[in-house]
Amino acid sequence: MARLRTRNHKVVFARSAGGDAGITIMLTLLGAFMFLPMLYTVMQSLKPLDELWMYPPKFIVMSPTLENFKSLFSLMNISWVPFSRYIFNTVFTSVAGTFGHLFIASLAAYTLAKIKFPGGKAMFKTIRTSLMFHSTVTAITSFIIMSAFGWVDTYLAIIVPAWGSTLGLYLMKQFMDTNVPDTVLESARLDGSGELRTYWVIAMPMVKPAWLTLIVYSFQALWNAGSSVYIHSEQLKSLNYAIGQITAGGIKRAGASAAAQVVMMMVPILVFVFSQSNIVETMGSSGMKD
Amino acid sequence: MSNKAAEKQAVARKDITMRQWIWKEMKKNWIAYLMVAPYMIIFCLFTILPVILSAVISFTNFNMLEMPDFVFLNNYITLFFDDDIFLTAVTNTFIFACVVGPVSYLLSFLVAWFINEIPPKIRAIVTLIFYAPSISGQVYLIWQTLFSSDSYGWVNATLLELGLIDKEIAFFKDADYVMPLCIVVALWTSLGTAFLSFIAGLQGVDRSLYEAGAVDGVRNRWQELYYITLPSMRPQLLFGAVMAITGAFGFGGVITALCGFPSVDYAAHTIMNHLEDYGGMRYEVGYSSAIAVVLFAVMVGANGLVQKILSKVGV
Repeated sequence: MARLRTRNHKVVFARSAGGDAGITIMLTLLGAFMFLPMLYTVMQSLKPLDELWMYPPKFIVMSPTLENFKSLFSLMNISWVPFSRYIFNTVFTSVAGTFGHLFIASLAAYTLAKIKFPGGKAMFKTIRTSLMFHSTVTAITSFIIMSAFGWVDTYLAIIVPAWGSTLGLYLMKQFMDTNVPDTVLESARLDGSGELRTYWVIAMPMVKPAWLTLIVYSFQALWNAGSSVYIHSEQLKSLNYAIGQITAGGIKRAGASAAAQVVMMMVPILVFVFSQSNIVETMGSSGMKD
Repeated sequence: MSNKAAEKQAVARKDITMRQWIWKEMKKNWIAYLMVAPYMIIFCLFTILPVILSAVISFTNFNMLEMPDFVFLNNYITLFFDDDIFLTAVTNTFIFACVVGPVSYLLSFLVAWFINEIPPKIRAIVTLIFYAPSISGQVYLIWQTLFSSDSYGWVNATLLELGLIDKEIAFFKDADYVMPLCIVVALWTSLGTAFLSFIAGLQGVDRSLYEAGAVDGVRNRWQELYYITLPSMRPQLLFGAVMAITGAFGFGGVITALCGFPSVDYAAHTIMNHLEDYGGMRYEVGYSSAIAVVLFAVMVGANGLVQKILSKVGV
């Protein structure tokens, strides 16, 4: 009979102190590898000019300053297109792309998960297989399709493909499979509720963690989108692209560019902090069943 | 309803043929087609059609300007026999994918497994630390600062201080270093969706299985992992594999951002970079489509292989 111990008030089995120590050391080393570059980015953004160009460089900032953030904002003011335009572009495409995706993909996910109709399984299998496609592989032919529609150099080229993102549909469908009981839907249908109504009133309120996951994933992708092959007007370019232009300004801008990195990374990180438990809950049903 | 199930039911009914029955089912469920239509139309236009179009265009010499001619396999022949840079790119992509894919996969799983038993609040913080680099946009550019070619770069300065080198190393411009460095950066940004999926999968393993395992004589955590944990989370392992493989093969933009284009002596030139070169810069669409088709075939093949291996885990 195995020895039973408790940890965090839960019964835990088959653990050795040596193994615990090994795991702690491994985790610490890996954690340092992941975290220190992030920390260094923040440190760089707080360093005054003489510390940025100091030999030997110090990891830790000695006299922290917000000067770099100030110079970032003054650089924004001298940009060719008003900087607020880049912010608008990214916020607008992120919001329109994300909400369109949420509604269109969850409607399809509900249908594929909960209505049996000829072709439904084949559709889902195709979508699941296409998780393997990387968008860069299809970038050139997508460009040809976009130009056929006359969407090149419009917001549509960014927004509409985001509506069709495969990962979001996949996660939503899997989550509905496990979290929306068929019996509830059946009784709603018996009461005379149409499919659209059942989807919106019964199924959607049951899958709030998956909504949030779709929103976060779609938002992250659109927020982090840099220059796009579909957009060439300066007026339509993204915030990430504009920040990249500041970063590319060379040595003089090392401080401002570190500040820009910090500003850009804070947004997705904060979004994740507030949505983490919901996302992990959604991932609980992300597995691929044959 | 799936075709197989439909077939079964159709056999049970003698009054109508299967085709009539499917047609009846389709008419009965017309609302379902309406509900999937918006998504499926966009999905087909921007995910499926580009793949089909690539395959077709890869047999032509299309360049966006002139009417394309069919050149049959010429693009593929040039690619494999006349394009030395492509062969470099293939080799690099394989080295890259064979290291980054499995290592990031193992890393995602091990870290998720390590933190599985720590209290939830601390686990949330550790998860954030490991996940953050993969969602932080261009923050990977900090590696350029750390490995900067002058003595203001932290790594060069430290090596100089320790007397290990006499002269700064231009890490991202040195053919000996670009590939390993890009692999490190790739791994740094690779704990993404698969990692979260593993965390959730581990949390979802039925605890009573562990209790039963302890009674049945599971002696250490490795046995527990092999006999109980891994078989219970096979669906997550499959999903994670797809994410890891797609990520490993699709890693091109970061290399361009770190090493410039092309990387020195093409030392970190991947198929993805080659594709961007011919499609995005030279507009040789026919040729670049052939590259895309090859990359695509390799990705799907790798996925098929890995899925086969994983389906044997713990059986």
